[in-house]
Amino acid sequence: MNKIHNRQVICDVLMEHAKEDKDIVVLCSDSRGSASMTGFANTYPEQFVEVGIAEQDLVGISAGLAKCGKKPYAASPACFLTTRSYEQAKVDCAYSNTNVKLIGISGGISYGALGMSHHSAQDIAAMSAIPNMRVYLPSDRHQTRHLTEALLQDEKPAYIRVGRNPVEDVYTEDNCPFEMDKATVLCKGTDVLIVACGELVRPSFAAASILAKKGIKSTVMDMYCVKPLDKEGLLREAKGVKAVITVEEHSPFGGLGSMVAQVISANDPKKVINLSLPDAPVITGNSQEVFDYYGLNAEGIAKTAEEALK
Amino acid sequence: MENLKAKAYALRQDVVNMIMSGKGGHIGGDMSIMETLVTLYFNEMNISPENQHDPSRDKFVMSKGHCVEALYAVLAAKGFFPIEEVIEKFSKFGSPFIGHPNNKLPGIEMNSGSLGHGLPVAVGMAIAEKMNKSSARVYVVMGDGELAEGSVWEGAMSATHYNLDNLCAIVDRNRLQISGSTEDVMHQDSIEKRFESFGWNVLSVNGNDVDALKEAFETAKTVKGRPTLVVANTTKGLGSAVMENKASWHHHVPSAEEYEQIMKDLKEREEAALHE
Ligand SMILES: Cc1ncc(C[n+]2csc(CCOP(=O)(O)OP(=O)(O)O)c2C)c(N)n1
Repeated sequence: MNKIHNRQVICDVLMEHAKEDKDIVVLCSDSRGSASMTGFANTYPEQFVEVGIAEQDLVGISAGLAKCGKKPYAASPACFLTTRSYEQAKVDCAYSNTNVKLIGISGGISYGALGMSHHSAQDIAAMSAIPNMRVYLPSDRHQTRHLTEALLQDEKPAYIRVGRNPVEDVYTEDNCPFEMDKATVLCKGTDVLIVACGELVRPSFAAASILAKKGIKSTVMDMYCVKPLDKEGLLREAKGVKAVITVEEHSPFGGLGSMVAQVISANDPKKVINLSLPDAPVITGNSQEVFDYYGLNAEGIAKTAEEALK
Repeated sequence: MENLKAKAYALRQDVVNMIMSGKGGHIGGDMSIMETLVTLYFNEMNISPENQHDPSRDKFVMSKGHCVEALYAVLAAKGFFPIEEVIEKFSKFGSPFIGHPNNKLPGIEMNSGSLGHGLPVAVGMAIAEKMNKSSARVYVVMGDGELAEGSVWEGAMSATHYNLDNLCAIVDRNRLQISGSTEDVMHQDSIEKRFESFGWNVLSVNGNDVDALKEAFETAKTVKGRPTLVVANTTKGLGSAVMENKASWHHHVPSAEEYEQIMKDLKEREEAALHE
């Protein structure tokens, strides 16, 4: 059972680099604990900016820092970061093209029983619709490490969403294939293609084993780079399969499923089924209870795939 | 006349039981705001299950929605729903009693949880009551950390622009937020001066003293032409030394031993208040 949060990994990587790179600045909005950034704040207080409960200020200040040569990482709950500060993300980060990395923590429905105000089931749609904004949902701690390292190398805005709880590993430390903006293929099969992102990659991968026992061969893709979507990889893997299933912790509209369906329908039309959260406030529960309820677990994904092939 | 001081300590016990059952909640801020809620619901506002659909009822907005447990305890005591049901179901799978106010439940006007929304919404309500020539008053409770949100100040501006003397805002001045002292995270001093400079009538009182709160709310009603802010100076976690004035108790769930001690302390204080 993995106990290390993806958010902790982001902090670890930033701390490793902050020692040498004095331009790295972490910003929080009374969110350092939930963002696992307390270690950074205590170790590098001169590279840490606390803005209080003011997410618009958080992103605006980040953009200003970036314009003057800093490398800001603004870490705040995904729900507030992407909707409260949406205009700052659009105008001050993306439009002005400032090197701001927005770290959305406790994304999706991680906050469970705290309700819809705390869920970010529209962040992929919202952030993807902004020109010059990239959107990443890493699936486990190993991929989160590679992604954070890669993002340190560029100077453009990006949004990264991670969940609240530690998630089971998809990869291992020694075996985590990673190429920036290219999806990772976890297994290959000729019947059905399952494309997932974030925390739902792992159950999608598990669904492939359930399907294999029934003689159904599936390809599973980890599309951590929701934007820019790896279209080339998607069309390559979609070639020949009978159906495509997308799996995401997001609203049914404007997320991974919508984007995959757009690419498939324009280039290689076939059945695409989107598995997502409903277009409604989700049922009260922790992540696993909510996923189970809406069929966003290995059994549910396998069942959907099986039915799609009928 | 009901002993509201004792009631505040009795309802705190419901809050603690809710948090133990749901294994979550915001205990520190629940405890600091209890006297404000008890005074408003049992002495000040004309809100009850009987008149909940009457347009002329007073309106209440819990802007610091994370302290919903305190609100649930008070609404249950008012008869909106049974406290046993809240304690049993709080934050559990499929429950209507989630960790923030939700107006699918009776007695709750507005959904909240994202800080900084309540004041503008209350301003809208107060403007509407004026348009409707209603005598209803509007109350909104905010946290002191919450005041960092810019939207609070946009609301503060419009409240005086529209001369909203039917609006009373309360700030739970417990001087703590998640990451520590409000003064370290984003300093606030002086809230009184800031709101006064926006044109508000400001009253600063002991927010854990029911009598002081009663007097403040009565005074607020007599002030014409501008809204009133009550700065409720409180102690976060009030009720037991185990949790008082400790930032780490913002959303801490008590251990079994802590639970025993807290309940013992709360009962003692309830008793003391009864015999005061
Ligand atoms: C817009 C927004 N940002 C962040 C949060 C997360 N959050 C919940 S409670 C809290 C601290 C609130 O502090 P304060 O307003 O002082 O309330 P109190 O101390 O009375 O609990 C924060 C940051 C939130 N609910 N809404």
